[in-house]
Amino acid sequence: MAGSEPLIRVDGLTKDYVLGDNVVHALAGVSMTIAAGEFVAVMGPSGSGKSTFMNMVGCLDRPTSGSYWIAGEDAARMNADDLAAVRNRRIGFVFQQFNLLARTSAIENVELPLMYANVPMQERHARALAKLKLVGLAERSDHQPSQLSGGQQQRVAIARALVNDPALILADEPTGALDSRTSVEIMALLQQLNSDGMTIVLVTHEHDVAAFASRLVMFRDGRIVSDERQAPTSAAAALRALDAERAVSA
Amino acid sequence: MNALMVLRVALKALRVNKLRSSLTMLGMIIGVAAVIAMLAIGGGAQERVREQLKNLGSNLMLIFPGSTTASGVRLGTGAAQTLTEEDAQAIAVEVDGVVVAAPSVRGAGQVVAGNANWSTQYFGTNNDYLIARDWPLASGRLFEPAEISGSGKVALIGQTTAKQLFGEGVDPVDQVIRVRKVPLTIIGVLDRKGQNALGQDQDDIVLMPISTARNRVLGQTGGKQKRIGSISVKTADGADMKAIEERIRELLRQRMKVQPGADEPFTIRNLTEILQAQEAASRVLTILLGAVASVSLLVGGIGIMNIMLVSVTERTREIGLRMAVGARGRDILKQFLVEAITLSMIGGALGILLGVVASFAVGEFADWRTDITPQAIFLAVGFAAGIGVFFGFYPARKASRLLPIEALRYE
Repeated sequence: MAGSEPLIRVDGLTKDYVLGDNVVHALAGVSMTIAAGEFVAVMGPSGSGKSTFMNMVGCLDRPTSGSYWIAGEDAARMNADDLAAVRNRRIGFVFQQFNLLARTSAIENVELPLMYANVPMQERHARALAKLKLVGLAERSDHQPSQLSGGQQQRVAIARALVNDPALILADEPTGALDSRTSVEIMALLQQLNSDGMTIVLVTHEHDVAAFASRLVMFRDGRIVSDERQAPTSAAAALRALDAERAVSA
Repeated sequence: MNALMVLRVALKALRVNKLRSSLTMLGMIIGVAAVIAMLAIGGGAQERVREQLKNLGSNLMLIFPGSTTASGVRLGTGAAQTLTEEDAQAIAVEVDGVVVAAPSVRGAGQVVAGNANWSTQYFGTNNDYLIARDWPLASGRLFEPAEISGSGKVALIGQTTAKQLFGEGVDPVDQVIRVRKVPLTIIGVLDRKGQNALGQDQDDIVLMPISTARNRVLGQTGGKQKRIGSISVKTADGADMKAIEERIRELLRQRMKVQPGADEPFTIRNLTEILQAQEAASRVLTILLGAVASVSLLVGGIGIMNIMLVSVTERTREIGLRMAVGARGRDILKQFLVEAITLSMIGGALGILLGVVASFAVGEFADWRTDITPQAIFLAVGFAAGIGVFFGFYPARKASRLLPIEALRYE
């Protein structure tokens, strides 16, 4: 990969949905690049196209027109199996509802992407355990999702996103189902990963959450209306502030 | 994903929904068990008829004297002693395709040996009778020609009669029995024959030369001297029994000078044919039972399809997630197909077990002969696997064709 090549490049990306007689332009020509190591927050009101954009970047959906390169590969021209391989190797997903397999232990959940990558069992186990350790849940690897709190479940999901050493983490409203303190903890984890070099694209509708990112992209009516770099709020500092607040009120 | 992982994922999914999995399997279990039990029962019935056929002697025809009217009273079959030894000889000599035609007279009563006695039936006949009935000797020798023509005081004895008179394990050859006070020396023991089609013990019998029976035991004299009770005819293998029956009928009518159109004073019974018809009927019964049981197997298969379809719908988000982390369509297809096949194979295996147990239970408690054939088991297993693939494929393909984003956003 050439050093100048961005991790993600989209050019004139459009997506149309046909609803009855109407054609809805969910994306009306989006062009942008994301370099490796960036922490991008994507914001916008519902219907702005930010989720559709996420699905395109995540290779979960196909654009109507336009081009999309991820790590130098032309994803717009790939067949379904190639897209599955890209999702498996290059992208880690974190969802609002965690999407863990029920009645399946944390470590087995983390191992899931490795199974589809044909990694042998012992290596799978070792790598999954390492990532669980990274998110601070090594001692709960045998717990099932129902035995874990929301924040812990999201940590397992992040470990799962990391297990295949992807180039990019796509987080779709990762704090949407969590209370505010747990949200900040999760953001602190994402910031930590970013500072270790991981590229992160985060979709949110909360300004507080977007403030933790270093670049803010605003969507409206299927287009990018602003794209600015910002000084991120430190999640670690925010946590300390929260702890101090609690000490005072107690 | 390699095969082992696919299997593990499928087993895991089945374990997670234990109740549902076992209820689905129940359909399969009952279906397979029903097929095996029904085929076993049908096969047992068939085997039983086949055995009777073998016991009877193959290609056997019996000829009895016909009814007669005495003083206006119509007497039953055999009342008129119209058949003679010459008739039997004529049939053997003149009708093509007849191997032997053995005349016999029948009596019944007490047989005494030492201080034991036993009520049995005895036949006066010749060696041809044993050929007609496919009945070998277990020990001893057959009648000598001189004994047959000269009222020799000898007898052959059936296994049951021998046991009753002499006890188990005693060789009755050279022992003397008395039938109606006539002492007869036993020269041979008949092989075990078992029950006939009516459940009568065929081994409860004493055979003696026909002349001995007539002259010494039954005491018939005069005009009835050459009259006999029945003729046992054995036809050649592959001969047309219907045609032979017709030729015998013609010959006897001629010999007895029966007017054309008049009732004939004899009856020909083609026992082999009757039993063959019975065998055919029991074969139809087997097919019918199997078909009915197959319907339940089919219903079990549809049950699997239903559950798999529900499962695909219920687990749409799971499918979406699997796709998001890198599962290809064919990985999903394999997973659901293997789940369906695993369900039907485990169900099939348990069904075989239940089917075998049920067959034994029917055999034991209803005292029905049951016959579990490997073919029935292969058939049931093949059916089970086929049903798994066939009914699992549609839901599996449906799951594999979901778009990742639609599956993931499914509510």
